[in-house]
Amino acid sequence: MMEKPDKGGVTRRNFLAGAAGAGALATLAPASRALAAQLGGTGALGLAEIPDGTLAEAVMYALPGKVPLIKKTYRPPNFETPVEYFRTPITPNKAFFVRYHLAGIPQPIKAADWQLAVGGDAAGGAAKFTLAQLKKEFKQVELTAVCQCSGNRRGLFEPHVPGVEWGVGAMGNAVWRGVRLKDVLAKVGVKPGALEVVLDGADTAPLAKTPDFVKSLPVDVAMGEDVLIAFDMNGQPLPHWNGFPARLIVPGWTGTYWIKQLASVRVSSTPEKNFWMSTAYRQPRGLFKTPTFTSQLYSPNEPITAMVVNSLITSLRNGQQIPRGKPLEVRGLAWDRGNGIAKVEVSSDAGATWAEAKLGKDLGRYSFREFALSVPTREDGGRVVMARATSRSGETQVEHLIHNPAGYHHNVIQRIYVDIV
Amino acid sequence: MRTLVAVTVLLAAGGVFAQESKVKLIDGPGKDKAMQCAACHSLDYIHMNSRFLDKAGWTASVNKMINAFGAPIPKEDVDAIAGYLAQNYGKPPAK
Repeated sequence: MMEKPDKGGVTRRNFLAGAAGAGALATLAPASRALAAQLGGTGALGLAEIPDGTLAEAVMYALPGKVPLIKKTYRPPNFETPVEYFRTPITPNKAFFVRYHLAGIPQPIKAADWQLAVGGDAAGGAAKFTLAQLKKEFKQVELTAVCQCSGNRRGLFEPHVPGVEWGVGAMGNAVWRGVRLKDVLAKVGVKPGALEVVLDGADTAPLAKTPDFVKSLPVDVAMGEDVLIAFDMNGQPLPHWNGFPARLIVPGWTGTYWIKQLASVRVSSTPEKNFWMSTAYRQPRGLFKTPTFTSQLYSPNEPITAMVVNSLITSLRNGQQIPRGKPLEVRGLAWDRGNGIAKVEVSSDAGATWAEAKLGKDLGRYSFREFALSVPTREDGGRVVMARATSRSGETQVEHLIHNPAGYHHNVIQRIYVDIV
Repeated sequence: MRTLVAVTVLLAAGGVFAQESKVKLIDGPGKDKAMQCAACHSLDYIHMNSRFLDKAGWTASVNKMINAFGAPIPKEDVDAIAGYLAQNYGKPPAK
């Protein structure tokens, strides 16, 4: 079903250009819509549709070392994982989404040429570590965790908000191997006045005046057991596009903190107030029941922090016909910020009644958790299928979008219409 | 200078960024000024954010590029760029 990258095959853009011309942008014909759905349309998943312009410009394109992913933008590269790769709980490296903020993306380097600088005004000293040193001098840890872009599903916001108009695939789940950030920081020492840990990657801004992409974490989060400087992903070195040779892993927190091509770590006694902390990646204060970043509360909004509970049905598409008598197989993934998934309930009558799905193997509290429920189909007619995940802290998905200006935390329950025939 | 920056970035990233030459903007008044956006990012950012912003929304986006990201777009070009974007990639008029 999946389209080939735009080499020779009919792509969505070529199709539009040939069949209807540029004017088709606002009014996609039904056939185009079906094609668009393959390229990351979200209506097929029982969710609001991403903008027409986003669909019209989407193509499948394979970055070096990657399978064809849904192209959002070429420069900087933003590529989304198609739904078919979410039919397993671990996302393959080659299909893992790609997100960069600035056009000055790092050039591929040899692992031996990489160095991590550690220091800062609230650090006891300063040091540089090679990858070999990190691997040799610190205990290696492995954990499974979801990396999800803060703006995953932004394209589904109604009304739409500007930004990268992601569908459902700006996320992935991998087994990460690395060393604890806290162990590395302990080597140089952390002073009592430490407030934040500031992280910078090797990416650079295209212009001198463009703010470099630098993020910070509360020191207690950065010093957590599960925050890693990772060098392996699913048993392989990280792909270049996902941060080779080393990136930060902040399980439970949104992808913005998972700095790729990590270059420096600075322990700071003051809040980091660059654009990416003070202005971007912020949400109205108190709108979501997520952890508070207390040292960053100096304006009416607050930084996005950890993820909200969510799920994705991967086995059904809107309008799918199911032969009567054949069970309706509702399968998918659920995740949250590390409380773990308590249950996933499935409804096949538009939310009137719910039944608990069977959960798959527990791969850890930060991991995708598979769910599955087989629903008998005894009568003809339309059915609305929904899935609702609840975390072990009792948090559940919302029925209606909690709108916010930057388009974060979309965890609206899907509504997939199927026809029993 | 703008061209130089864009070309440098394209060369650095090799074949990947070359793909963006496939991205075309609709012809119309103001297109030449809107092409300045390509100094820092591929033009598909424009298509991706269509069609849901009105002229005020596009003006806010262009001003963000200048004020937050340091885009070297002359202030006097803002209205023409936002007008072009609203006309060609803006929210369709209510029916």
